[in-house]
Amino acid sequence: MLKIHREICGYCGACVSVCPQAALELIDAYLEVDDSCIQCGICTKACPLGALEVTDEVSV
Amino acid sequence: MAARCVAERGLSVCMVEKRPAIGTPVRCAEGIGKELLHEFIPPDERWISAEIDRAKIVVPDGTELTLEPQMAGNEVGYILDRKIFDRELVWIAAEAGSDVQVKTRAVAPLMDNGRVKGARLEFCGQVKDVSAEVVIAADGVESKFARWCGIDTTIPMRELATCAQYVLTDIDIDPHATVFYLGNEIAPEGYVWVFPKGDRSANVGIGISPRKCGPGRRPRDFLDRFVSSHFPQGKPIEYIMGGVPVCEPLDQTVADGLMIIGDAARISDPLTGGGIYNAMFTGKLAAEVATKCIAAGDTGREALQVYDDEWRSSKMGKAIARNYKIKEFFITLSDKKLNALVQSISRINLKEFSTFTLIKELIARNPRLLIDLKQLKDSLS
Repeated sequence: MLKIHREICGYCGACVSVCPQAALELIDAYLEVDDSCIQCGICTKACPLGALEVTDEVSV
Repeated sequence: MAARCVAERGLSVCMVEKRPAIGTPVRCAEGIGKELLHEFIPPDERWISAEIDRAKIVVPDGTELTLEPQMAGNEVGYILDRKIFDRELVWIAAEAGSDVQVKTRAVAPLMDNGRVKGARLEFCGQVKDVSAEVVIAADGVESKFARWCGIDTTIPMRELATCAQYVLTDIDIDPHATVFYLGNEIAPEGYVWVFPKGDRSANVGIGISPRKCGPGRRPRDFLDRFVSSHFPQGKPIEYIMGGVPVCEPLDQTVADGLMIIGDAARISDPLTGGGIYNAMFTGKLAAEVATKCIAAGDTGREALQVYDDEWRSSKMGKAIARNYKIKEFFITLSDKKLNALVQSISRINLKEFSTFTLIKELIARNPRLLIDLKQLKDSLS
């Protein structure tokens, strides 16, 4: 699943722009990821602060 | 800018911003060419942080190349204070008659038979539908609105400049020079910039490709390494991060009832990342075309296409196409080649202060590079 480290996130929206599934959205200053995320990891490379992480955890 | 121009032409327009304020937080290095700014608004000391009269490029081995205009003593650019500048543009638009809604988020387009007819807006949990003859998507690097309308605005990962910047104060800088640092270990496929914000303050930032990013190799890490070696005593008073498109612009920037401008259309400069002028230019152009199409009673894609054709064939559009090729070439250069580029040149006086004239000068002074640059040169001539 995509883990959002909210204490690191600068809510800049860079990740939103590169998501091939359009799964990310910045609701004002709060990043949300929806079910269309395929854990490709592109956003984790694009984040200037490293706030995103694809983990083995399964979201329930 | 779009809202101002539409309002000035007597049409009703509403500017919608999802954040509580326009202009802050800043996500920008805030640099703009002098003539480019003057095209839209006379300079005002209230929102000019610094006047720039030369640029310096520093290559990996530390060699500096100074770029000055042929007419010495003239400023070539400004570093803006965008918190004030952006707000000034909002005031001007509002005074011209534009409505403004902040902390209001577009959550979906209103569509009718494939035509965009307005937007669904949400403010503090209240949702309302606002109809419009034309929607101008100006939502920056995220560019969600156009995506919701069916246009793929995804930036290829390699072609997003991922960026971090400090406003650093209490540092020794040349307050009238912008400095660009190149190097594969300093800023992979990008550059570090020092843009003065005052006598002892500057925007010190970096933009790089995410291609090889990972733990310890993110913009924040490269920036911290640069700052600790160049400005160890500097005090950060702002921390700014963001993404800048350095891909080619979108194939289509209009659809039925929709126009896309600025970073949302990926119309930022692929070489420098600059986008303030591009946003104002496309904003004004979109407003002009939208006004004419509404008056003529046709806001379909073919009618709005004039906007797309005009920005692409403009001086700005051609510069973007050229700079994309230059960027694709420059990111392949090793540190050794970057060093070789400026060897024995310490200063260039540019007839016109632009990346184009700089590249032509570098080609002229580097005959060996011509072989590598042949394809580039053909596309530049």
